[in-house]
Amino acid sequence: MGTRYFGEPVRRREDPRLLTGRGTYVDDVRPPLLLHAAVLRSPHARARISRLDASRAAAAPGVALVLTHADLPPALREPLPRLIPHPALVHHKTQYALAPGQVRHVGEPVAFVVAESRYQAEDALDLIDVAYEPLPAVTDLEDAVRPGAPLVHDDMGTNVCAEYTQRVGDPDAAFAAAPHVFRERLRMDRGAASPIETRGVVALWDAQTRELVVYDSTQAPIRIRNYLAALLGLPQNHVRVIAPDVGGGFGPKIMMCYPEELLVPHAAMRLGRPVKWIEDRRENFVSMNQEREQIHDAEIAVDADGRILAVRTRFLYDSGAYIPYGIIVPIVASTQLVGPYRIPNYECTFKAVFTNKVIVSPYRGAGRPHGCFVMERLMDRVARELGLDRAEVRRRNLIQPHEFPYDTGLIFQDNAPLIYDSGNYPALFARALELIDYEGWPAAQAAARREGRALGLGLALYVEGTGIGPYEGCRVTVEPSGKVYAATSVGTQGQGHFTSFAQIVADALGVDVADVTVTTGDSGAFGWGTGTFASRAAVVAGNAVALAARAVRDKALLVAARLLEARPEDIELAGGRAFVRGAPARSVALGEVAVAANPLRGTIPAEWEGPGLEASRYFAPPRGTFAAGCHAAVVEVDRETGALRVLRYVVVHDCGPIINPLILTGQIEGGVAQGIGNAFYEQIVYDPDGQVLTQTFMDYLLPTASEVPPVEIAHIETPSPLNPLGVKGAGEAGVIPVPATIASAIDDALGTRITQMPLSHQRLLELARRAPVGAAAGGAA
Amino acid sequence: MKPAPFRYVAPRTRAEALDALRRYGSDAKLLAGGQSLVPLLAMRLARPGIVIDLNRIGDLAYVRPARGGVAIGAMTRQRAAEDDPLIASRYPLMVAALRWVGHPQIRTRGTIGGSLAHADPAAELPAVAAVLGARFVLANARRERIVDAADFFTGYLTTALGPDEMLTEIRLPPPPERTGWAFTEVARRHGDFALVGAAVLLVGDGEGRCAEARLAFAGVGYGPVRVPEAERALAGERVTEALAAEVRRIVSRSVEPEGDIHATADYRRHVAGVLAARALIEAASRLEVRT
Ligand SMILES: Cc1cc2nc3c(=O)[nH]c(=O)nc-3n(C[C@H](O)[C@H](O)[C@H](O)COP(=O)(O)OP(=O)(O)OC[C@H]3O[C@@H](n4cnc5c(N)ncnc54)[C@H](O)[C@@H]3O)c2cc1C
Repeated sequence: MGTRYFGEPVRRREDPRLLTGRGTYVDDVRPPLLLHAAVLRSPHARARISRLDASRAAAAPGVALVLTHADLPPALREPLPRLIPHPALVHHKTQYALAPGQVRHVGEPVAFVVAESRYQAEDALDLIDVAYEPLPAVTDLEDAVRPGAPLVHDDMGTNVCAEYTQRVGDPDAAFAAAPHVFRERLRMDRGAASPIETRGVVALWDAQTRELVVYDSTQAPIRIRNYLAALLGLPQNHVRVIAPDVGGGFGPKIMMCYPEELLVPHAAMRLGRPVKWIEDRRENFVSMNQEREQIHDAEIAVDADGRILAVRTRFLYDSGAYIPYGIIVPIVASTQLVGPYRIPNYECTFKAVFTNKVIVSPYRGAGRPHGCFVMERLMDRVARELGLDRAEVRRRNLIQPHEFPYDTGLIFQDNAPLIYDSGNYPALFARALELIDYEGWPAAQAAARREGRALGLGLALYVEGTGIGPYEGCRVTVEPSGKVYAATSVGTQGQGHFTSFAQIVADALGVDVADVTVTTGDSGAFGWGTGTFASRAAVVAGNAVALAARAVRDKALLVAARLLEARPEDIELAGGRAFVRGAPARSVALGEVAVAANPLRGTIPAEWEGPGLEASRYFAPPRGTFAAGCHAAVVEVDRETGALRVLRYVVVHDCGPIINPLILTGQIEGGVAQGIGNAFYEQIVYDPDGQVLTQTFMDYLLPTASEVPPVEIAHIETPSPLNPLGVKGAGEAGVIPVPATIASAIDDALGTRITQMPLSHQRLLELARRAPVGAAAGGAA
Repeated sequence: MKPAPFRYVAPRTRAEALDALRRYGSDAKLLAGGQSLVPLLAMRLARPGIVIDLNRIGDLAYVRPARGGVAIGAMTRQRAAEDDPLIASRYPLMVAALRWVGHPQIRTRGTIGGSLAHADPAAELPAVAAVLGARFVLANARRERIVDAADFFTGYLTTALGPDEMLTEIRLPPPPERTGWAFTEVARRHGDFALVGAAVLLVGDGEGRCAEARLAFAGVGYGPVRVPEAERALAGERVTEALAAEVRRIVSRSVEPEGDIHATADYRRHVAGVLAARALIEAASRLEVRT
């Protein structure tokens, strides 16, 4: 089979549409008679609602409906679904569609207004009469686990909802016997995913056919459909959820369900008119899930040569006020921490803790940035304490190519053993060192220092678990026109699936990539699936696409063989035609094959397994496949103002065979940009009362083109043995090691010991002022 | 993020605008570039009864020579001022400072008058106005009055503008001969409001010394903050590393900034000194010496 498109930098076929403003985002869906919703949100971090009277709002101009908890049908008055239970998660608390009597974070929905315009809906919010009795709140993660802390959920008697340990080998004995043990307390603070398109829902209810169509800016349309059907009492077949163009997801758009995802359809059904709700940016900062906050007490035991004997971390994970998504993030953090290193003895323990803050669920990286930060900080520490070269310490501990499959002994987020399937860590590390000119660094740094400039080089390695199950599916159809349609239900939030999936189909069927149309994220087009998250779409859906396309190909060979009076083995597909190998004149257009496969008269042979050139296939990986990479950066710090400039940023990345290098580059660059945000700019700030002080982009600082340097990217490709295409996921790779890399670089520049992310001008200045001038972290020896 | 209901008028002339202001007074808000006002409306932090849109008034946007200096109409876009040859030749400091204001998109809408009237404590233009000795023309339906920079900024986000007044023009006096100038700042990201900004104007004596020095800071007080002690220390002196270090100490000791989530008061105090020294050295390097 010819591989013409796989691996080629095919330009994103969706871009002309998106770049000329012809995309369809949820707010672009404007059916006639549309009503608009707005949400009344709690202004308090914790309060009892002692009075809630919406009668004035209900009578306000243009208002069609006002809902409070009491107005909801029984199924919507219950706590929202508990996703991904875990035996260690003993208090699986979830929020309500609308708060019943108590609120637990600023932004929690209290009432829902539907009106003729969004303006009128917001005006009506002002008229809802609510009396809150504020209760003591807890926002600081460490405070929340102290005895006597205010309780987020009174009935628990504690704020700890889960405590979980994984252990490999005998860490206690290893630590006790080790010649060197180093400890660090490491902290990452809260951030937000900030997709350019906020959340949004439009629901259309047809009272005649009893069919509900919902446009939702979600990463998981199928699962949303399933919950909607269950909670609204409809057959799944009567609910269609469409994730149209989605302007970024990054994790928090895979929640089932946010309150508004139920309230909007419910209101549409109640009113018999379409209803739209678009989350505004201020709401986004208090109502879309956030992430990143963890505090690790970590230690590493090494021998005199810097070889790792044991690693241990005990950490606190801030889950916000509820924990609908379960303990995926801390499990990922604790299991991905080990990275590319051979660690014979390992122990990780975490406590998941409620605080009176916005709910936490995975955000791009989903715990991996934390794990990487901890591990790489420890590696730098070892190098410094033992007077060894940073790169050499890492090199000595890398898992070697012959050791794959490498069993870490841990259980991953998919409940499967965490086994690295393939990789070549020494090769990618060597490449990164070469690209950043690690050899030449001491001289370059010294030269800069003579000019009074503080430059530093940072390094970090990571392994990323990607492509977890359970499954995805795809249906591929060749139409009589010869054009090919592929439908999969994974959502697309910018990953370029319309192009990369089309490349896979085009290769299998020998057609032009422009003749393949891909539909994603529409439960009406393909009804089975899980969603786009955890760097899994290319692996799981991509392989389902390949399997379906290959099945169609096999069928096309059978049918064409009959038409061309040849054996199926002798048929080739290319250029949109089927022809006999060696006799290209004997050919037939693929469209004609499709017509022949669906005859008007006669019979279709049993081995065709049905009419048409069409097949649906599923791919269900046994467990995740593990990508890896190394980042290296050169930064400059202004010692007197704390300003940071990233001068160079190098990424060497291995996600197996690359489907489309252009798209991959975009994924990595975007990830690095978010990582730079996590390292120096982006922080959700709460005051002690639980008020969010960063509710605009003037205060929550996303890095812009001015702050993000060009990223120099190189690849190595070690295929995965776990799937037919051999691919691994790449969605989160860019973001994971950035905080670790930047910390390493700053330490090198200033001789500091960074233990906290994000930094800022002020924090960096404080560190610089405390650091001895002229000191450097053991660079290249 | 939809504004509360308000009425809207778009007068065609200055007189109509002032008449509307006379009628509605403190219930009205003038709309210039909208880069500060529109977000405030959308967040319902400002709830005026009426918005008076100045964008249709033809004769409020201009830069023209005036008695050796220039007069800048309040509705002049920041971008237009930045690109203006007259401003570039007479007040390069202003051009340098404008480049720190937001991004080109923002400056293409945002106006000179809007920035000064809004008086954000971290805005660059007030500091520039202070060192250039700008005078502000304030008009109401009956009269015009002229206010000095020192008297225009009166408190946090407040100015000498009365509820019925409009800022119509900013007048810059003729630039002294042989000036050295510099503007520098630290912001969290390029284009953000300054954590601290420093504007320096040195008037040379032709021998490489400063006959007069003017320093103003953004981000360390409610308006542009002058530091007279530093200015005195510089008068009649040649700017050396040592003198710059002295000024740095004076500035850090003198300013009384407040902290916020982006930087503490201590940070701002420290960096004000750092930037003062850097801007001084840069400004001094531009001082012409008589040949
Ligand atoms: C992303 C972003 C970044 C920015 N960064 C910076 C920055 O770094 N530095 C900086 O200084 N600014 C910055 N700004 C603000 C920008 O410069 C604004 O343009 C400016 O503050 C207000 O000018 P405007 O013309 O937009 O006024 P508007 O927003 O229309 O009005 C602001 C206020 O001034 C009043 N007003 C306007 N004109 C007059 C007048 N002629 N007489 C009396 N009152 C008047 C209005 O009633 C209103 O209260 C930024 C803005 C944005 C959106």
